[in-house]
Amino acid sequence: MPENQTYSAGPQTGDIRSDCQVVYTKSANPIEIVVKTKLEVMYSKSIRELAAKSLDSLSIKTGKLEIIDFGAIPFVMMAHIETAIKRAFPSLKTALLPDVKSHTLYTSTRDKFRRSRLYLPGNQPKLWLNAGIHKPDGVILDLEDSVPPNEKDSARHLVRNALRVLDFFGAERMVRINQGDMGFTDLDAIIPHNVNLVLVPKVESATYLKKVDAHIQSIQNKYGLTQSVYLMPILESARGILKALEIAEASTNTVALAIGLEDYTADLGVPRTNEGDESFFARSVVIHAARATGIQAIDTVFSDVNDETGLRESVLEAKALGFDGKGCIHPRQIRVVHDAFAPTQDEIDKALRIVEAAKMAESKGLGVVSLGSKMIDPPVVKRALHTINMAKATGQLK
Amino acid sequence: MKQNLTFIENAAGRMVPTEVNGVKAVPFKGYNKHKPTGYKAQQPIRSCGDYPADGNKRVPNLKEALIKAGLKDGMTLSSHHHFRNGDLIMNQVFDIAAELGIKDLVWFPSAAFPCHEPIIKHLDNGVIHHIEGSLNGPLGDYASEGKMKGLAVLRSHGGRWQAVQDGEIHIDIAIIAAPTADAFGNATGDRGPSACGLLGFGLVDSLYADKSIIVTDNLVPFPCIPWQIMGQNIDYVVELDKVGLPERIVSGTTNITKSPDRLYIAELTARFVRDTGILRDGFSFQAGAGGTALSFAIFLKEMMIEKKIKARFIRGGSTKYLVEMLEEGLTDYILDGQTFDLDGVRSMRENEGHQDTSPFTSYNWHGKGNFASMLDVVVLGATEVDVNFNANVVTHSDGRMLHGIGGWQNCLTSKCTILPIPAFRDRIPIIVDRVTTLVGPGELIDVIITERGIAINPLRQDLINLAKDTDLPIKTIHKLKAEIDELIGGPPEKPTFTDEAIGVVKWVDGTVIDTIFRVKK
Repeated sequence: MPENQTYSAGPQTGDIRSDCQVVYTKSANPIEIVVKTKLEVMYSKSIRELAAKSLDSLSIKTGKLEIIDFGAIPFVMMAHIETAIKRAFPSLKTALLPDVKSHTLYTSTRDKFRRSRLYLPGNQPKLWLNAGIHKPDGVILDLEDSVPPNEKDSARHLVRNALRVLDFFGAERMVRINQGDMGFTDLDAIIPHNVNLVLVPKVESATYLKKVDAHIQSIQNKYGLTQSVYLMPILESARGILKALEIAEASTNTVALAIGLEDYTADLGVPRTNEGDESFFARSVVIHAARATGIQAIDTVFSDVNDETGLRESVLEAKALGFDGKGCIHPRQIRVVHDAFAPTQDEIDKALRIVEAAKMAESKGLGVVSLGSKMIDPPVVKRALHTINMAKATGQLK
Repeated sequence: MKQNLTFIENAAGRMVPTEVNGVKAVPFKGYNKHKPTGYKAQQPIRSCGDYPADGNKRVPNLKEALIKAGLKDGMTLSSHHHFRNGDLIMNQVFDIAAELGIKDLVWFPSAAFPCHEPIIKHLDNGVIHHIEGSLNGPLGDYASEGKMKGLAVLRSHGGRWQAVQDGEIHIDIAIIAAPTADAFGNATGDRGPSACGLLGFGLVDSLYADKSIIVTDNLVPFPCIPWQIMGQNIDYVVELDKVGLPERIVSGTTNITKSPDRLYIAELTARFVRDTGILRDGFSFQAGAGGTALSFAIFLKEMMIEKKIKARFIRGGSTKYLVEMLEEGLTDYILDGQTFDLDGVRSMRENEGHQDTSPFTSYNWHGKGNFASMLDVVVLGATEVDVNFNANVVTHSDGRMLHGIGGWQNCLTSKCTILPIPAFRDRIPIIVDRVTTLVGPGELIDVIITERGIAINPLRQDLINLAKDTDLPIKTIHKLKAEIDELIGGPPEKPTFTDEAIGVVKWVDGTVIDTIFRVKK
């Protein structure tokens, strides 16, 4: 093994805040810890203690560990220490786990609202700390597109630690895994740490989704976990769209079907336009497959953070098509998305009348519900109940 | 530099020196406890016959004006900070003093800015003995390292006026930069190429200094209308090519924050004001120019429109956002202490409802009342707050002295003082067990609003009751602190201090509320 070779983890360039760099140098000398922090007075001692404890847990007795800190909180620092050490010793299996906080231990439900899901880049933990306060329906710790290929190991450690530590204030705890085999490595790292839902990118077959589901089950069995881990396959290719129905019904854990339009339009070989004619078919297919299987249909993200009006229009259009949710790439989008998905007063009034009529019919033992001269079909009653539930959730209805 | 000082414990439990830069100092006694009697400092008697009958007080240059004003060793020179980081005058003044071989001056600015970094060499070479005023940026670092000979004396805007009236400070020569003036010395800040709005911070200097010099780059024929500074108080007028850099006069702080967390805090603050019923027709508020405070004003504006509520007055620091509220009829008046952008300057010129004010009207302890205590709600910042709601704005948790007080202390007397602040910055928590430096006593600080919850001072049971039936995230300050500490892996360690004082913080009544000691390396 070459002596004095260095292994780094953490952000290497740019304006680094609330993060740190860790550099481990292999040598035969007894372990040496060097801490440089801009919070010298306040945290240098506790950083040193954390580093010593971490190295001890990982059974590292030799070499030099340098921490260059810009205000990283402990779970981030631990992830970077683990990454640097494992880059030096790839066969090391021990995980460096922060203690689980009780506020992370909540579960989700099949029919939870998924109007907004906030993407959090897997290598930028500073954006995660307050993500939950903006009250998205879900947060997505993203291991896929936001993380460059050579940082996947680091992101896995960070995301896993965040799942054990951070309070997302009731937001559904989602992780987007990578495509292919790397996705299974991701699952091994994260499933034991109370993930509510896994986003599976670029799904093109029921077989693949079943494999993912089975893998999750096997990890759960290994750790004796019983709570549901839901699936949200993302369809983002022509093949995926054409297989939508069979993907939607591949697993009972699937609660929503999402569409990703960047890759889809690239696959079609057409530019993505604001009008969206090129994706109308695909979006309609996703909605049909979801409705046919009783799960939610989730639209793609709206990528211009500064265009609030455009976002609102886009959500209203998605809602009109039949979508139940929209991806968010910035906390400022969440409110707009929720407002746009919220039922209008007319919709609420109508839903109340329908549900009232259904109750009347039930109490009178009538098989047919009618409102005025119109007959109301069961799916309409179901939809009305959904509207009322959402109105209650948004506070529009007490 | 180490001085032989005697320290005693003040009413807030802080050790303070009995003497500050050779002047006897009174330890803080508690809020509204110190009321000196007797008469205020006086202006020197002058006679008209000693001044040019034609009203032409021009002298060819700044150097000659300083010589005529009798510049000599040990004098106190004062200046205002309406040009903020664009001031071009004071560096020249001290260069001239150096050239004339003058030593041991005291600089008494209403605030110093990073543009004054060159003044460090005059502290090193003995031209300036010490600075009594807010020290920001490089000057703050310099003093933090204990390099300044005298103690830094940090005062609020109101406290600066009080210090002059109490005779703690006697201004020998006031240098008042003015965007427009006439040769008689009438001056205004609301027009001219270097327009900064108003000159209220320089008003006390013009009234009490032995000699006052107006420096302008826009000399107009008599009379300069309006006059914010009266020529009757001015000795000399100097015309220069340029008195300030307009692009830096206008503050860079007037952008709305883009940070989602800070927007959330701003919105929560506006909701608090609305849901506790403070927002009602005829109410008043003050919010500064920081990103969060500006966003608060914008959220509040939306709520005012929605509820058809109009304010009677808003206290500025004016910005284009406050001007919009005035011009859209959402407030009758802006009572403005400083203008932060060109819309504010324009509005002060054009709008009858945009009134310039001074620290005397707004903040002074020795006035017969002031505006600050009449405000329904004021929104301020802080570097630290402790579990007893005491707050700090001048030092950081690592002990470095970095910020001035501004009008912060004076505003605490409003009917509801709110500090909307992020729960942590990097890994530094905002809520501590004891503030590093006490600048505002907890009894005057009513509400802390962070993105992780709102803490109301237990002394304000009325506000606690008003917030009870709302959906606002109210928590005790102890619970809030525990949550934040848990997230960041805190609480952090505290700096250890030497026994060497580098500065003192004055309370609005002139008593010493705390001492800033040098941090042990």
